[in-house]
Order: sequence, then C-alpha cells, then structure tokens
Amino acid sequence: MDLAQEEKPQRSALLVLGCPQVPVQTSLALYLIHRLRQEGITPVVAGNRSAVTLLVVADPKRHYLGEALDLDHAIDQIMDKKRDFDLCFVFIHNDAGVSYAATMGAISKARLYAIIYGEHYDQIVSSITFPCINIAAKAVHNPMPLKKMLDEVAPWAV
Amino acid sequence: MGCIESLPYEVILRGSSFKECRDYIKKECRESVDVQPGLKVFDTHIIGVPPIIIGLDGDFVIFPFTKPCHGTFLLRVEDKEEADRLRKKR
Repeated sequence: MDLAQEEKPQRSALLVLGCPQVPVQTSLALYLIHRLRQEGITPVVAGNRSAVTLLVVADPKRHYLGEALDLDHAIDQIMDKKRDFDLCFVFIHNDAGVSYAATMGAISKARLYAIIYGEHYDQIVSSITFPCINIAAKAVHNPMPLKKMLDEVAPWAV
Repeated sequence: MGCIESLPYEVILRGSSFKECRDYIKKECRESVDVQPGLKVFDTHIIGVPPIIIGLDGDFVIFPFTKPCHGTFLLRVEDKEEADRLRKKR
C-alpha cells in the first residue's frame, strides 16, 4: 500500500433496512455490503431485530456483515452528532420506508440512495419528493432486476 | 418503542400513511406545529417526511409514530409540559 492509499480516509455507508417481509431485501443487502467492502467502504447495517437477524443467520461467520445497529439507536447517534456516514442506503417497499429515507436525508450529511422494490415500487417512487438517488425495480422474490439497477448505478464507485 | 411505549397513548390512526396522519392533524387539531425529522417528542426521535406536522389540542399532543413493519401510527398523549414545549416551536 502506498502513502496516498494509507492517507485516504476510510469511507463508511449506512444501510437502513425496512420491514423484512419482502424477500429481496436480505439478499440485496448482503450483495451491497459485499460490493461496498470490495471498494474499501465500511458498511454498517441498521434495522429492526428481525431484519438484522435475517442477515446474521445468513452470514454466521460475518464474512460480509460487520457492525449491525438497532435502527432507533442509529438515528440517536446521528442526531446526537456522535457519528455520520458518507453514503446512506434506505431499503423501501412501503410508506414507512419513505419516512425513514426522508428522515435520513434531513439528519445525515450522507449521499442518500433510496433502494425501492416490491409489487408497488412505481407508486413509492412517485411519492418521493425529497432529494435522493432512486434505485428502483419491481422485485419481490427475484432480486435480479434490482441487482441489475444497483450495478448500473454503482454507488460504491462514486 | 422506548419511552413512547410506556406512555398512556391513544391510537387515532393505525398502519396509516404519513400523508393520512398529516391530513388528519390539519383537519382535526385546533393547533399544529411544523417540525423537522429527528426532533425528540416524548424523548423519541420523530420520523417522517419534512415538514412533520404535530397537532396540539389543549394539553394533548397528536403526533405520527413510524415503525418499519407497521407503518405510521397517529398517537394522542396528554402531557401539558410537552404540549407547551412544542407550542413554543411555532
């Protein structure tokens, strides 16, 4: 590693998970974590207990998953200025997800990405009125349409 | 739910959208105050699309409370101190 690489600050990304009832979320989150790590970006996951536990069980040796936080605790830390992130990805398939994304946009300095999926993804896209980069596809069980969109945007390369 | 769970709250709307909560407060509450996401209400950071509208009706505070799997609840809690604190933000 040369000096320039050593001095480059480590970037971090927060993945805000939604309700895990739509299967593609866990798969896409692990894939995104993998791509972020490849680019030297430290991923931190925040979600409710079920959403985080799905990741922990799928990755028992933590090959991909690193720090995982309770969602309310993550918001507390950002609001209290104890930490912030360079990138923030909010997984959205319902109205609550839109609310969390808007909140992250308001309280964090991170570049905000909305990852939108589910049966009614197009309605969700049209309900987003705040600045963010949308990565959207009709994906419920099959993660490939959303993975394709994610690869096209390549947020880890920014 | 942290502190809110321990409050004597009344659920006005359950599993609703954020917009439905906003429309209800605009229509039904005597007073309202616009706040930004992250403001603490009853010691819990409020979640939503800004500006978030909080209703005030005497000593009652009417506010949206969002959870990832259950959508947004509109809650009503009687607390003079909190109502007065929020009223000062207008």
